[in-house]
Amino acid sequence: MLLRVEELHKRYGKEEVLKGVSFSLDKGETKVIIGPSGTGKSTLLRCINRLTEPDRGRIWLEDVEITGPRVNINRIRAQIGFVFQDFNLFTHLTALDNVRLGLIKVKGLSKKEATERAMAELARVGLADKARAYPAELSGGQQQRVSIARALAMDPKLILFDEPTSALDPELIGEVLAVMEELAQSGMTMLVVTHEMGFARSMADEIIFMEKGVIVEQGPPEQLFRTPKHPRTAEFLRRISDLYGGDQ
Amino acid sequence: MNLAFSWDWLPRLLQGLGLTVELTALSMAMGAFLGLVLAVLRVYAHGLLYPLYLLASGYVHLFRGTPLLVQVMTFYFALPSVGVRLSPFVAGLSALTLNTAAYQAEYFRGAIQSVRAGQMQAALALGFSRLQAIRYVVLPQALRLVIPPWSNELIYMVKGSAVVYLIGVLELMGQAKNIAARTFRNFEVYLVVAMFYLALIFVLTLALRWVERRTRVPGLGVPGRA
Repeated sequence: MLLRVEELHKRYGKEEVLKGVSFSLDKGETKVIIGPSGTGKSTLLRCINRLTEPDRGRIWLEDVEITGPRVNINRIRAQIGFVFQDFNLFTHLTALDNVRLGLIKVKGLSKKEATERAMAELARVGLADKARAYPAELSGGQQQRVSIARALAMDPKLILFDEPTSALDPELIGEVLAVMEELAQSGMTMLVVTHEMGFARSMADEIIFMEKGVIVEQGPPEQLFRTPKHPRTAEFLRRISDLYGGDQ
Repeated sequence: MNLAFSWDWLPRLLQGLGLTVELTALSMAMGAFLGLVLAVLRVYAHGLLYPLYLLASGYVHLFRGTPLLVQVMTFYFALPSVGVRLSPFVAGLSALTLNTAAYQAEYFRGAIQSVRAGQMQAALALGFSRLQAIRYVVLPQALRLVIPPWSNELIYMVKGSAVVYLIGVLELMGQAKNIAARTFRNFEVYLVVAMFYLALIFVLTLALRWVERRTRVPGLGVPGRA
């Protein structure tokens, strides 16, 4: 088991955003978390690398407890990729430097090694020719692909995707999903929060349906889409397919 | 009106100008370093470091809340009574430095806070320590954003440094005062001195604009003209 989350709780003031969430992720697995907005999906992801501190609950990455008292969180975070909804590329750096900075400052690679690695990752997301471009000179889709390359370069054990296509214009979503699909097929372990039901259906090994801070149901996509066990799941999937006019 | 300038003033005025440049450059540079530390503390010192936040905030309030002139006088005339004797130059430079540090701290703080929160988050997510994130991600952006307000402070300090003539530092204003007292050519002397300040500030303005252009990055700060 690569990632294990046990009874995670998080409260913002009066609002309890996570009410005891437990699940696990095996190596090479892709799990997709779906559910209405404001049900704690993003908070869950951010608790996993402790960008947000959970109130209660425990998380393990392999045999290291991330939530343990003596853990070096920086070292853990370097092993967990995070792809943000709004990319968060470093504004003052070129695409190449965005990918390279962590390699040099966190992993201690020489500039030469870091450059080679960074160029390889940019090539992997199809953006080797944009290495010298600043984020503001790239489209949203390109920025998100650079941010995926930045996460990949660190050789993470898993990558967390927080609604990676939600900030994109519709015509740019495809290029980002294509990169993610290729990643999933290459055996990367991925935990993805998304509203892209097509991606969820075709790429997920399992889908987790969350609502109001709890996991309502989880299972393989075909089972979840065709024969949801819980009425809330059915209701959500119906609303989503109305909205996106999908083929579900 | 009958104007009478004299070339004899020039060596002294140039000497004064040199000292003005020296005072401004040293106080701005040291003030920038101190100001940067103060600003980082005011933005990031929470939790266990909270006392440092209070210290930094107290410092800024103290030095922004009292006149520069009072600070200069205190350093030169009041410190000896507690056993600290400083030469006029050192007393003046210290007061200028500590004063501009407080102002610069506020400019830096504003710039740091205008760097979007996601930048820090992305750096932390990659495994940067908070200090590394500040150094490699936040500050390089904040320092670019701070150039326009910082230019303002620099220009203010070129002129503000003139107050140290009151404790006998012969910078541009001090030299002018002496020459004027000796020659009674108040109008001409101060006219020339005003021109000196104007020229100095003109050069500095151009230099800073050059720095701003050289360090400009697309998408950061005010969009530049193409």
